[in-house]
Amino acid sequence: MPAQVITITSGKGGVGKTTAVANIAVALASEGSKVVCIDGDIGLRNLDVILGLENRIVYDIVDVIEGRCRLRQAMIRDKKLPELYLIPAAQTRDKNAVSPSDMHRLIKELRNDFDFVLIDSPAGIERGFKNAIAAADRVLVVTNPEVSAVRDADRVIGILEAEEKGPGSLIINRLNPTLVKNHDMLSADDVLDLLAVELIGIVPEDENVIIGSNRGAPVAFDPKSRAGQAFRNIAKRLRGEKVPFLDLDNTGGFWQRLQRLAGRK
Amino acid sequence: MGFFDRLFGKKNSADSAKERLQLVLIHDRTDLTPAELDSLRDDLIATISRHVEIDAQSVQIGMEHDGRSQRLVADIPLKGAARRRAKRSK
Repeated sequence: MPAQVITITSGKGGVGKTTAVANIAVALASEGSKVVCIDGDIGLRNLDVILGLENRIVYDIVDVIEGRCRLRQAMIRDKKLPELYLIPAAQTRDKNAVSPSDMHRLIKELRNDFDFVLIDSPAGIERGFKNAIAAADRVLVVTNPEVSAVRDADRVIGILEAEEKGPGSLIINRLNPTLVKNHDMLSADDVLDLLAVELIGIVPEDENVIIGSNRGAPVAFDPKSRAGQAFRNIAKRLRGEKVPFLDLDNTGGFWQRLQRLAGRK
Repeated sequence: MGFFDRLFGKKNSADSAKERLQLVLIHDRTDLTPAELDSLRDDLIATISRHVEIDAQSVQIGMEHDGRSQRLVADIPLKGAARRRAKRSK
């Protein structure tokens, strides 16, 4: 079966797109899928450091497009997962080095050899974003439960609809259950109400995400991390499995747990 | 949010975020500013007034959303109807 081509985008920068791509890729490859990630953020590459592969880069996506190397030469194999590959972005070029038709050609070459092609989109709604969604079968929109991130996600969803890429599926990242409980953060339901799109994952705020990126080992490798679990669930949903959403309420302290045990909550 | 904020009836921040976003998203999606909405309202009042007598002061024009589609909702009370209603309630 040809690969599913999935682009991860957000509108606003810094909401966790690259982290989401790295973790979903790791989770998919850990379950035996053949995965290739493409860093679409030309000039601001980061997926390589998040995956811990920065020292292995020889060629990048622009080298492939401009014919300086073959596609296979630019594909870096992951250290732990033999079925996971990265095609890094060029660091010294800008977004205009790639066009939507280049992306179509590149992905056509990858489609038959992989189960999933994950494309990390740059922030914004300009050329780089247009390149990233050009060949996508499906688009995941990452947002945080904050006004600016939700507003930008809505703009992106509007553009996806206009470009007939579907409304996209939503990942709500960095949700803080305690703040939500105190009504000081939009809940997942609030965000869904506002954006009115399908939900594919809720990822709780988790310090292990930062620790993982410090080490170049995404949290999806960590069986104990709640964010890691959330990303593994997203991967399962992409493979077509039905997985219930995490119950983020049970992160409460001792007293809450006691109350729940006593059946009061 | 602190105890005193709650005590003095200050709205919690998640609710203000949601309400503000609801308005912002409507304007982002329709590309219609509040000023443009006002001028639309005036045009509507002028047009309808040519056919029936309306209570221009209580005309309400707003946006509602249903999923991702937007709807312009106008509530235009007719003068005659208001009088009739007033009589019935006496």
